Amino acid sequence: MLLIRLAVKNAFRHRLRSVLTILGVAVAILAFGLLRTVVDAWYSGVEASAADRLVTRNAISLTFSLPLAYREKIRAVPGVTEVSQGNWFGGIYVDEKNFFANFAYDIPSLLAIYPEISVKDKDQLSSLLRDRKGALVGEKLAKRFGWKVGDQVTLRGTIFIGDWDFTIRALYKATRAGIDESQFFFHWTYLDETLRATMPTRAGQVGFYMVGIDDPSRSADISRAIDAQFANSLAETLTETEKAFQMGFVSMSSAIILAIKLVSFVVVLIILAVSANTMAMSARERSGEYAVLKTLGFGSSTLALLIAGEALALSVTGACLGLALVLPCAKAVGSFMTDFFPVFLVSDQTITLSLAAGVAVGLLSAAYPALYAARVGIAQALRKVG
Amino acid sequence: MSSGPLIEIRRLYKSYTRGGQAIPVLTDVSFEIGRGEFLALMGPSGSGKSTLLNCLAGIDRVDSGEIVVNGQDITLLDETDLARWRSRSVGFIFQFYNLIPVLTALENVELPLLLTGLTRRERREHAAAALAAVGLSDRSDHYPAQLSGGQQQRVAIARAVVTDPDILVADEPTGDLDRTSAEEILTLMNRLNQELEKTIIMVTHDPRAAQEAHVLRHLDKGELSRAADTPGR
Repeated sequence: MLLIRLAVKNAFRHRLRSVLTILGVAVAILAFGLLRTVVDAWYSGVEASAADRLVTRNAISLTFSLPLAYREKIRAVPGVTEVSQGNWFGGIYVDEKNFFANFAYDIPSLLAIYPEISVKDKDQLSSLLRDRKGALVGEKLAKRFGWKVGDQVTLRGTIFIGDWDFTIRALYKATRAGIDESQFFFHWTYLDETLRATMPTRAGQVGFYMVGIDDPSRSADISRAIDAQFANSLAETLTETEKAFQMGFVSMSSAIILAIKLVSFVVVLIILAVSANTMAMSARERSGEYAVLKTLGFGSSTLALLIAGEALALSVTGACLGLALVLPCAKAVGSFMTDFFPVFLVSDQTITLSLAAGVAVGLLSAAYPALYAARVGIAQALRKVG
Repeated sequence: MSSGPLIEIRRLYKSYTRGGQAIPVLTDVSFEIGRGEFLALMGPSGSGKSTLLNCLAGIDRVDSGEIVVNGQDITLLDETDLARWRSRSVGFIFQFYNLIPVLTALENVELPLLLTGLTRRERREHAAAALAAVGLSDRSDHYPAQLSGGQQQRVAIARAVVTDPDILVADEPTGDLDRTSAEEILTLMNRLNQELEKTIIMVTHDPRAAQEAHVLRHLDKGELSRAADTPGR
């Protein structure tokens, strides 16, 4: 207990230096946590994906469509429980800076495949299903634009040209963390019927199919069975798990993500150097005290623990302060960057990694001073005191 | 006072290397220190008296020779065993007190007891008793910076005796003190020698301090004068 007290007291002996070191660690952990959260946000689609969902798209590219007729054929494949057709709509609300994801979907089957998209109000749900122009909107998106159920919203089509009017009929809430609550869904039939009237050649075309399956362990077999149905057709399919599908988007940005990951670790390395310098200065200044402790009979291992305790007191205090700042800062950053990162949550893994980084900085920065203290000659160090 | 030698020093050699050249510090030093003896080592600066004291206390190594304490040659011990031996057998009093500045007087005295099997409560009791023995009970919660030089040296003496070692080594214990404080410290050391029968080895430049010792030995250029003096008391 006395040695722990000594370690803690030593840690705060030079208050200004200790405070600056703690602040340095805190800022580094804050930066580390935010950068990791950016990376996590990039992967949020992947993390939100479920093992019992497949995505079927055109084998050439996602920009090529598939016939609506595929839907029933896919549903007939053994192991398939539900199929929902969807199209990326790419509509703009008032101004391009107001970006959010908007899809045309077969909503009843979408809700069956995505149980985590929850519409609690049954009246809203039934009015959504009744209204051909009805839209299902995430609560976060509704809050962002101040939308309420019953509001009229017009999106300007970029892929499907023209102004598209919708009535917000229902709001959804995610039943688990990590699900994007800023999406806009409307009935696929609205899109298809409008196209049939205005651009008949584009009607009956589906961007992708979301496929629900009964056994995730058979996803590879079911994917092969689906694709086999359309082999050698004009529109061959590529079926993959939802996770692999989402990873396809993430991999387009792999170089940026790698750079962010590297920067996050470089930040920790920089603060390691700062902390190691602080500890090395402390060890040099206290060589006489280490000699006294050795004279009294304390071994090198006790001195190493004393120094590690001092370094940990600084680095863990800094890490905790940094972590305490990460949560509100992530919330603030997330609200500013909602266009880019609809899901911006600090994960448990990031918290664990940040704490581990704090502990690692403490232990590593204590390594050289501990070695120095172990090697310091008692007589030589005591002469310096004199 | 003495009843057989506690420490036997036989043919001690020690040198330092500077600029690739070996400089002898102790040359063929042999003598005995009796149990309960109060020995003063004197000599000019650079004569090797502090080096000899450090070797006797097990905080420096000799090049050759034997230091037999209570029948055990401490030159043969490895670092771990030597540290254990020091913690049990030797109490240290330094010229500049060498107290830990962030610990109170009581905590400084308690420090060596961490290496014993005593409980926290027992440690506190022993440390308080040691502080009382040096007349500083009322200063137990003071930090070293809040104490005078003489008081700090008394805390250092309490720290040196708290584990009840056989030997006390003191390197210029009065060198940083005014005359009054120095006399108090020497009186205290004399009491420890007389009442608790501690064997004391003291290095000093101060002839008045040396007068307190029973035996006076002179070192010059690393060599011990043949005869031991008995200072007038």
